[in-house]
Amino acid sequence: MTTTEIPGAPGEPPLVPGVAGGLPLGGGGVAGARSLRRMARAVTANRKATVGIVLLLLFCLVGAFPGVIAHDSPNAEIYQRSLGSPSAAHLLGTTSFGQDMFAQVIYGTRPVLLIAFGVGLGATILAMLIGVSAAYLGGVWDGALSLFIDVLLVIPAFPLLIIIGSYLHGATTGVMIAVVTAVSWSYTARQLRAQALSLRGRDFLEAARVRGERAMYVIVVEIIPTMTSLLVASFLTNALYAVLFSSSLEFIGLGDPNQVSWGTMLYWAENNEAFQTGLPLWIIVPGLCIVALGAAFALLNYAFDEIGNPALRPVRSMRGKRVKRPR
Amino acid sequence: MRFVLRRLGFFVLTLWVAVTLNFLLPRLMPGNPALAVLGKFKGAVPPQALKALEAQFGLDTHQSLITQYVHYVGDLASGNFGVSLTTQPGTSVSQIVLHAIPWTLGLVGVATVLAFILGTLIGIVGAWRRGGRLDSILPPIFVIMTVIPYFWIGLILILIFGVKLHWLPYFFSYNYTLTPGFTWAFISNVLEHAILPGFTLLITTIGTWILTMRNTMITTLAEDYVRMARAKGLPGHRIMLDYAARNAILPNLTGFAMSLGFVVGGAILIEEVFNYQGVGYLLLQAVNNEDYPLEQALFLLITVAVLVAILLSDIATAILDPRTRASR
Repeated sequence: MTTTEIPGAPGEPPLVPGVAGGLPLGGGGVAGARSLRRMARAVTANRKATVGIVLLLLFCLVGAFPGVIAHDSPNAEIYQRSLGSPSAAHLLGTTSFGQDMFAQVIYGTRPVLLIAFGVGLGATILAMLIGVSAAYLGGVWDGALSLFIDVLLVIPAFPLLIIIGSYLHGATTGVMIAVVTAVSWSYTARQLRAQALSLRGRDFLEAARVRGERAMYVIVVEIIPTMTSLLVASFLTNALYAVLFSSSLEFIGLGDPNQVSWGTMLYWAENNEAFQTGLPLWIIVPGLCIVALGAAFALLNYAFDEIGNPALRPVRSMRGKRVKRPR
Repeated sequence: MRFVLRRLGFFVLTLWVAVTLNFLLPRLMPGNPALAVLGKFKGAVPPQALKALEAQFGLDTHQSLITQYVHYVGDLASGNFGVSLTTQPGTSVSQIVLHAIPWTLGLVGVATVLAFILGTLIGIVGAWRRGGRLDSILPPIFVIMTVIPYFWIGLILILIFGVKLHWLPYFFSYNYTLTPGFTWAFISNVLEHAILPGFTLLITTIGTWILTMRNTMITTLAEDYVRMARAKGLPGHRIMLDYAARNAILPNLTGFAMSLGFVVGGAILIEEVFNYQGVGYLLLQAVNNEDYPLEQALFLLITVAVLVAILLSDIATAILDPRTRASR
């Protein structure tokens, strides 16, 4: 097929430069350290990526050390309801239960992050295993797995999550990760299957087959490294949807109501008529946090798209072209 | 024809999976949560209906799983979805659902059609004047919109226009004190109550239409026949609408066919936030009350609506664009 391919030495990931099947292949094949350094440089050069990564790191720090930032315990109902409005002692005021709202927002970061990373990783790995296996095994296996993916893809995800959630009676963080992963991996699986199909018949895969490698080895060592940018995109997209899905489920009371997180804050705020009782921050602040975390994942996703696929970068030359247009 | 048959086969298969999920889920969960609720409400439900529920949730342990399953599918096929346990105890589920459907169709349907028309037009003009003011402001805004939970946008609109400004009502679909009927007072009240949830839906869904239309339109504008039209000296609006937009609208049209399927269940959280008595609100009510038969029926309804829409949009694409026929 292409002449640019240089099959890697045995045991080393193959070097596949350029674009295959119309999809960007990130630095996948290039040996670890160099590709990492290149990625780091790309991230610092791209403004979207910088903003995204800074936001995400900030949330990670808050999620890792909530006690350092907030002095109050998030669950303690120790303050007067009259302290509702913000003050120096309570930056965001207190809830109608007398909890410190700032502490709740800070402590609420960790579960959301855990769910985002858990689902991002889980859904990507599941999609990778099933999608790539379907493409590599082909034949009846491909037919069956693809059908499975397609069926799952068209069953409405959020109603299904609601139904599952209603049987669970308060999904803890771990259960939430499992459930959201189970309904959201299919889209990525389809993408990865298509990408793996486009690699079919490539020389380096032929070489591996001739060497007599087992199917699992070929999938893990030869095929998957060529999909790095798709995998990164999948992680980020699934993480973003996990944030939105889990917050929505918690908002309607299907999360663990005793766990402090942004979604359950919204649930309690709505149930206690936060707007009507003069506590709008109870709804505004957790919502803004969800938006900011979602934006971090989305920005990183756009940035990686632009890094991997130069055609998507913002067009500056268009203004020049416009002048020539007859209008 | 073969294509249509294959899509029909897929339709039936997916429907079967949804039905089977409904059947298996309560049985897979630790302790079968439906049992507890059934036990609590035994008195409220007539004994005959209870028997159907036993098959639905596996209460009757004497029967084998397969017998239960056959019963369950048979009941569904004959249109028997059981009775509500807690929301309106004893009332047949189909009746409750039928009352909710018109509200959702009215609110979400109108908002979906409006969003499609407006979004497509904005996308056309945006791509035509690429780099212009419309094109540089709107896409980034709607990209940001995709990371905001829809229900939160609804809440913020309630805060601004309902609680602070007192401009619009934001609770229920009409004022409780009015008697429903074909009077102007009632109809205008219903319309007034639909504005905020409808607007929330509009601004949360319009972005997709704008972005897809704009992106396909940009590709189409680079085609030779558009250049040809320019060379002929045709007026700008004719090139924009008859040459470019007409060819670029296909993805949006099929997307629209598909989105009609999501009308039924697509606004669950927005209906919840505004306490709007549609299908989504009913679903969450059923969830809160642990009314499992009602939940199951609503999930099936939502899934069927989506499946029918996908089937129709597939067929529509095949009819409208011959190129897609071969590739499937």
